[in-house]
Amino acid sequence: MSEVRRVEVDYLARVEGEGSMKVMVRDGVVEEVEFGIFEPPRFYEAFMVGRQFTEAPDITARICGICPIAYQMSSVHAMEDACGVTVDGQLRELRRLIYCGEWIESHGLHIYLLHAPDFLGYESAVHMAADHRELVEQGLQLKKVGNDIVTLVGGREIHPINVKVGGFYKLPAKSDLDALAGKLEWAREAALNTVEVVAGFDYPDVEIDYEFVSVCHPDEYPFSEGNIVSNKGIDIPASGFNDVFTEEHVERSNALQSRVKERGAYHVGPMARYALNYEKLTDSAKKAAANVGLGEVVLNPFKSIIVRAVEMVYACDEALRIIDAYEPGGPASVPVEPKAAVGHGATEAPRGMLYHRYEIADDGSIVTAQIAPPTAQNQLIIENDLRVVLEDNLDLPDDDLSWRLEQSIRNYDPCISCATHFLKLEIDRG
Amino acid sequence: MRPLEERQPTLAVYKFASCDGCQLSLLDCEDELLAVAGAIQIANFPEASREVLPGPYDVVLVEGSITTPHDEERIHDIRRAAGVLITIGACATAGGIQALRNWKDVDDFVNIVYANPQYIETLETSTPISDHVDVDLELRGCPIDKGQLVEVIAAYLQGRKPTIPTYSVCVECKRRGTPCVMVKGTPCLGPVTQAGCNGLCPAYDRGCFGCFGPMESPNTAALADQWHALGIPANRISEAFRSFNAWSGAFREESDRWEERSPV
Repeated sequence: MSEVRRVEVDYLARVEGEGSMKVMVRDGVVEEVEFGIFEPPRFYEAFMVGRQFTEAPDITARICGICPIAYQMSSVHAMEDACGVTVDGQLRELRRLIYCGEWIESHGLHIYLLHAPDFLGYESAVHMAADHRELVEQGLQLKKVGNDIVTLVGGREIHPINVKVGGFYKLPAKSDLDALAGKLEWAREAALNTVEVVAGFDYPDVEIDYEFVSVCHPDEYPFSEGNIVSNKGIDIPASGFNDVFTEEHVERSNALQSRVKERGAYHVGPMARYALNYEKLTDSAKKAAANVGLGEVVLNPFKSIIVRAVEMVYACDEALRIIDAYEPGGPASVPVEPKAAVGHGATEAPRGMLYHRYEIADDGSIVTAQIAPPTAQNQLIIENDLRVVLEDNLDLPDDDLSWRLEQSIRNYDPCISCATHFLKLEIDRG
Repeated sequence: MRPLEERQPTLAVYKFASCDGCQLSLLDCEDELLAVAGAIQIANFPEASREVLPGPYDVVLVEGSITTPHDEERIHDIRRAAGVLITIGACATAGGIQALRNWKDVDDFVNIVYANPQYIETLETSTPISDHVDVDLELRGCPIDKGQLVEVIAAYLQGRKPTIPTYSVCVECKRRGTPCVMVKGTPCLGPVTQAGCNGLCPAYDRGCFGCFGPMESPNTAALADQWHALGIPANRISEAFRSFNAWSGAFREESDRWEERSPV
């Protein structure tokens, strides 16, 4: 008789949204690995049809409460692309600043509240706080500095109201930004400390040959502008997304799964950005990485937490640079007149590249909308990782194995609410 | 369960169709989170913890709207195991922006988004939690205000009624000293929208777009006429009422009234 082992998690914890995991092992051979998404669909691409192009940043923000800025940025860039408008100068800088805020807030949330408890063996950050109060407090305060930036530039931390097609409704005062500088100086030190602390965790010995994909800009660590690039030969403008990638609908998921047409699974997120853009990090971020022995390319998915911490250092540096150079004046936005056209936007959400495509009509109404969220793009690579981690850990008892597999999913900071258009964990050892 | 005097009260958080933003508001209480966790036991909150303690729970927060046959059943189980059930955010209190399907054929929506519609199980409508079970308190907003969330939890722990305003955004603008944007010709939903955001959008030189839903006894008809006088076409007036609180009574009715008119 064959020996069948199943591990199932019906409702994944410490991720955003509703997902599951199911694996089955028969006679020591992995037969099935499934990262499921049962988050109910909300049909954004359908109900946006007929709405005004100017509404896209406010509507698509509601796809995700964790990374609304990413949705706002991809949508405004796509609409401006359609209408032939470029937003430059200090408006562009303020967009980078608010994105810095979202990275600090989202990375702080993920490192300290969602992921670190796995490495230290706690059910949650609240449990962890009983033994590591100062560490959790540091994480919460880092997250808060990120939220303070988003609130100052965007009006509030969740679903900000100040971002519009063409720029902003109102520019912040120099004095308001200057007030952030002190907090950011603290945050940079705390981020540097975070790199050291998380680099001290125990890591499983695993490396995977990924196709990394991220936005790449010639001069800057990427937020919102540049080509879509991979380490295996992709180098295309955002408008080429559908030529190179395809989205497929499979039964176990309410999220569409993306793949590189010619090759299959690919990896978006901090490890991809870091590998493809290392040389554009600030000196202090590079030094922080080097100090803990992190190479210019990281292939161990569990070490994504260290890369996130390095990116927090970068985001603090970049935010301080922008605040220091900010000179208010000039209009808060540039005029954008609609015309019948197609526009594309690819920007770097904290958890990876987010692609938007819109077709709009002469009167500014949306004709078609397409949104490819990072977690939908990462679904296949998450399953590939699960298979590798499972095969490496078959000697673990079920409870420990399940936790290790859950941790492996959390390496990607999956945002399931985003992906659905997205996740359920069952482990079936068959 | 032992009486409350002898133990810590327990908190559970559940998610239905939503963006996660309202439950994130709890984790966004960076200065209060550990104090809250000291006063009330977080017993079932998957976004924050792997640990799930068995119910029933004294306080249950529900985010999201009902959009699937499975969720339609699940909310009844949650209600049965809840002491006080509080819905948080526009999805849970009004159906959310996904309630725009309520005016369309949902099969068309499935076909637009998904290649294999047979895999998708969804209801024709997106509806608020209160359409399905008794709700003890609703916290409005897209997203909710975290100050209101802390107030509600504190009020429960202190055994008093929470202080949540039901007047309009206009009161907040006056209190904040923000000049009226309608006077400058910017269409604004503030006069009919419940307070809670501290008059945010007008303070940023834009009109309110209704995150907190209709105030108590709103005069939506008078406001819509005023928008029309500002030159806003009928179809755009209808759409303005159809956003995150589209399916809530007064906004729904006003949107229907303007949809029936010619587009200008």
